[in-house]
Amino acid sequence: MTISEATLGGAIIVSAQGRIDMSNSEDFKDALMAALAGAGAAVIVDMAGVDYISSAGLRSLMIALRSAKAEGKAFGVAALSPLVLEIFTISRFNLVFALYAGVRDAVAALSPDSLGQFDAS
Amino acid sequence: MKITFWGTRGSLPAPLNGAAVRRKLVNALVKAAGLGLDTPEKAEAFCSETLAFAEASTFGGNTSCVQVDTGGQDYLVCDLGSGAREFSMAALARHGPGSPQTYHVLLSHVHWDHIMGFPFFIPAFIPGNRIRIYSCHPRFEWAIRNQSHEPCFPVEFSALSAAIEFVPLEPGTPYEIAGATVTGMAQLHGGDSFGYRIERNGTTLIYTTDAEYKPDDIAQMERTAMFFRDADLVIFDSMYSLAESITLKEDWGHSSNVMGVELCQLARAKALCLFHHEPVNDDARIEAILNETLRFEEITRTGDRLRIHAAHDGLVLEI
Repeated sequence: MTISEATLGGAIIVSAQGRIDMSNSEDFKDALMAALAGAGAAVIVDMAGVDYISSAGLRSLMIALRSAKAEGKAFGVAALSPLVLEIFTISRFNLVFALYAGVRDAVAALSPDSLGQFDAS
Repeated sequence: MKITFWGTRGSLPAPLNGAAVRRKLVNALVKAAGLGLDTPEKAEAFCSETLAFAEASTFGGNTSCVQVDTGGQDYLVCDLGSGAREFSMAALARHGPGSPQTYHVLLSHVHWDHIMGFPFFIPAFIPGNRIRIYSCHPRFEWAIRNQSHEPCFPVEFSALSAAIEFVPLEPGTPYEIAGATVTGMAQLHGGDSFGYRIERNGTTLIYTTDAEYKPDDIAQMERTAMFFRDADLVIFDSMYSLAESITLKEDWGHSSNVMGVELCQLARAKALCLFHHEPVNDDARIEAILNETLRFEEITRTGDRLRIHAAHDGLVLEI
């Protein structure tokens, strides 16, 4: 798993690639929590490069969502591959997270002030 | 080993009611229209081959009771939920009341749904029968004795005629019980519960119910995978979805189908049986969960296929 981060106004977009499982879920959680600490309004997790996420990875997302709610920040998950979307659906996390078809959709919904910067980037 | 499921629900018996039976009938009749099912054989074939399990049958409503046939004469059963009544009736029908038997019982814990069948366990009322109840739970004798007590139940434990013994077990220590080697493991559950690894002649059954497995607790995952290692069948508490078990129902002491698959894959187990079904879920819902679990196993498979079952009252599995 590799993780990169981009700041767009009040939103931070965390992009993950590869497999997220028990071996690296703690790193994933740390990256999400760091993004939350730095984000003014929203954190969007770009999952386009993720080909698998285990229960441990889903729990990392859950912990970040809890923190976001406690801090009054928006938290969204975007661009799930069909297979990863299936995992979200089977585990019922599709009912827990705000899911977006693409990162742009997530930015438009959660941090509209950043949309111009997103389109220009 | 032959495994017979007499009770598979979690928390509370969940009998099928008349309205649910009517819905199944209406659905089946509509699907059968025009098929000329004018003999019992044709109707039976239609039920087996055309209708889904949840349309033609039911997962049942009794709480935990699983019989393990290890090949010997004595009975071995895991938990004494409401399914224990039907188990005991089947045993009596087989032998008759005049033929004393020995029943070995492994108790996971003493929550009501796992012991509520004992006051109706008919062999306990018959002189000559021997009932040995084993558990790692520190208060299992107290719980069994005191649920058969006024004002909650009219027949006192002391009135039971069978020879009843209580045998405490230590987690991690193997014991010879009913021809099998049984080892207990402490599980995460309010009030404590214990899973059991049951081995005989190279065949291994894991009975793990009322157990919460935390996906980010690597030590617990590894310890559990070691306990499950190379099992032929894992009977697994899959009461909640993964999301429920991590959010609203975190620390409620139950697990999910997703955790069952992940742990079995980690342990290289051969088969998983979803168990302790949420009483709120109807037959169609449980069957949908089974189908989703089959799909989850398929998309996460990295080695041999893990076979998946959903337990129902009356299911028999050979391992």
